[in-house]
Amino acid sequence: MNDTLAGWLQILALVGALALTYRPLGDHIAHTLTSAKHLRVERFAYRLGGVDGDADQKWSVYLRSVLAFSAVSVLFLYAFMRLQSHLLLSIGMPAVTPGVSFNTAASFVTNTNWQSYSGESTMGHLVQMSGLAVQNFVSAAVGIAVVAALIRGFTRRKTDRVGNFWVDLTRIVVRVLLPLAFVFAIVLVAGGAVQNFHGVDSISTLIGDHQSLTGGPVASQEVIKELGTNGGGFYNANSAHPFENPNAFTNWLEIYLLLVIATSLPRTFGRMVGDNRQGYAIIAVMGVIWAASVAIVTVNELHSVSSQAGHVAGGMMEGKEQRFGIWGSALFAVSTTLTSTGAVNSFHDSYSPIGGGMTIFNMMLGEIAPGGTGSGLYGILILAIIAVFVAGLMVGRTPEYLGKKLGGREMKFASLYILTTPAIVLVGAGLAMALPGERAGMLNTGAHGFSEVLYAFTSAANNNGSAFAGLTVNTDWYNTALGLAMLFGRFLPIVFVLALAGSLARQQPVPATAGTLPTHRPQFVGLLTAVILIVVGLTYFPALALGPLAEGLS
Amino acid sequence: MFGSLPSVVRNHVAALRMLLVFTVLLGIAYPLAVTGVAQAAFSDQANGSRITQDGKTVGSSLIGQSFNLPKKNPDDAEEVAQPDPKWFQPRPGGYDPLVTGASNLGPNDEGLVKTIKERRAAVAEFDGVAPEDVPVDAVTASGSGLDPHISPEYAREQVERVAEARGLDAAAVRKLVEDHVEGRVLGFLGAERANVVELNHALTAMK
Repeated sequence: MNDTLAGWLQILALVGALALTYRPLGDHIAHTLTSAKHLRVERFAYRLGGVDGDADQKWSVYLRSVLAFSAVSVLFLYAFMRLQSHLLLSIGMPAVTPGVSFNTAASFVTNTNWQSYSGESTMGHLVQMSGLAVQNFVSAAVGIAVVAALIRGFTRRKTDRVGNFWVDLTRIVVRVLLPLAFVFAIVLVAGGAVQNFHGVDSISTLIGDHQSLTGGPVASQEVIKELGTNGGGFYNANSAHPFENPNAFTNWLEIYLLLVIATSLPRTFGRMVGDNRQGYAIIAVMGVIWAASVAIVTVNELHSVSSQAGHVAGGMMEGKEQRFGIWGSALFAVSTTLTSTGAVNSFHDSYSPIGGGMTIFNMMLGEIAPGGTGSGLYGILILAIIAVFVAGLMVGRTPEYLGKKLGGREMKFASLYILTTPAIVLVGAGLAMALPGERAGMLNTGAHGFSEVLYAFTSAANNNGSAFAGLTVNTDWYNTALGLAMLFGRFLPIVFVLALAGSLARQQPVPATAGTLPTHRPQFVGLLTAVILIVVGLTYFPALALGPLAEGLS
Repeated sequence: MFGSLPSVVRNHVAALRMLLVFTVLLGIAYPLAVTGVAQAAFSDQANGSRITQDGKTVGSSLIGQSFNLPKKNPDDAEEVAQPDPKWFQPRPGGYDPLVTGASNLGPNDEGLVKTIKERRAAVAEFDGVAPEDVPVDAVTASGSGLDPHISPEYAREQVERVAEARGLDAAAVRKLVEDHVEGRVLGFLGAERANVVELNHALTAMK
């Protein structure tokens, strides 16, 4: 079989598998979020946690619960890392430095999983499995909980209640993430991913050299790293590491896992609002953007476009693994940056100018195609609101989406959401470029060096976590600045989403009339796609022109 | 028990208790359960797919190794180790599992371009082939720095050199390489490749 046909089959198999999962998983999540019954294990958790599982919360209380849980999580993780040398299973690792501890705590709680450290030389097994991996689960569940509250804003009428955060969080973990993680962790191990509690084993190689074989509970963390769109690798090489991602099948499976929840959530949305066609429209927009991005990156990598190194070498294999090849690497790179995953199986810094630039652009889109678990759906629903608003302006009537009027209050929250991330990215990257010490952190020079800095802030503020990894980021300044970018980039948008949910839930729905814009037709799919590209394009074009575009055209 | 505390404090206490519940469930019970099943059902994979020789672990089939000649002065950090002609050579890299990762050099980095040209010339001379015939994986470093695989083309290119250095029949070595060429997984996933560690391990059994 030739390379092109195999590459196409790999993509088609992925799309087919996701399409088969769309309905069952989407319906299951919808049922999880709407069922009146608690499982016994969930009741037990509420009792241990001291929370009332039957309360219905106002948006402000829901928000305070999200923020309290996240604040406690940051402090807990920070303390965990600072104290790791005193704990079990530290495999000889010393306490993590304050800068890295803060950055990493912010990173894992915000579902970013930016890593300014190397796992194999910084983190013991206990911090990895009982600290970082726990956040991989719950930060993903927080994203789904927030979008559940937003959907309830659309479905409920004349109420100030949007659901119960503790119930949403617990149910998503217990009924969705944990069962999937367990099954696929075993599949990953069967494929070759390691799962043990070995420390570093010193062995003598075939020629008698010393080699240090690392161990760890890797598969159990790897699976939720993808499934929860987290992306923080057990090892520095992330999903390029053969112990995390041993072969082309596990590679394909990991891409499937990092997409599967975010691509099924539109079904959950359609199901909860009582019109599955609304979900199809959203998944169609996600699919169009994803497919275009896969095409652009794959073509640029296959043909070494504008890359001197690629032409001299005879292909873009620098930073890529032989077992995945170009197709398997490009597919992963696109999927990881269009979700908020940020795991990498190849190193984007060495991608062709437009291929690498596309990974930055993917994140700039706000990670909505399909985006992170939950965060992708609430991101695209905000953009849908903007699209409906734009359409309303054209015909001069008050816009409405799913029967809810989008008045001044709703549009303010939507606009604030849209403005937050670019503000953090551009101010952060601007500051870093203005400071000589921070500028010196660039590995590469010229336009590509600027792309490294732009990538870092785009990745942090959008809670992605991947990097143009040449940039030296383990400094106090970057650890602090990027840590703050992650926290603001995660929680300010959540504030606006939940405020919007509260505002929508209070309304009495208006009946659809002949003048109502239908939001399930191809026309709306086109409108929403255009709005996404225009809003993002106008915001980031100058920054992109200085980095990847300048490099690609020179 | 916390009824008398202000609501903001009660909220954070509840958050901490819920976090501890999740930590026990997801951070202890879950990884231990996965480890239990993994060790019982797939102990070979779960422990790193180790290769043994005379009862001793000599590597992992997933982690590449260096096959260099001993340094003239082992204490000289500056001295560049030279490849040993008796072994199939992997992609460029250090193969130290404690320092994983890629070069991260940009697609137009002058240093990278220069390095690739040097690698091409060196590999061509070492294997006795024309520079333009050296395949791409022989002149580029992998993402992990541990890539155990090379392309079938690069493996085939090294046959004559290995056979000569070992005094073996080239046809036999060529057959060994063909036996170690792996197709795409399920016929369409990933790329064709040969595992250098397994290939070299098999080489040690040849007389």
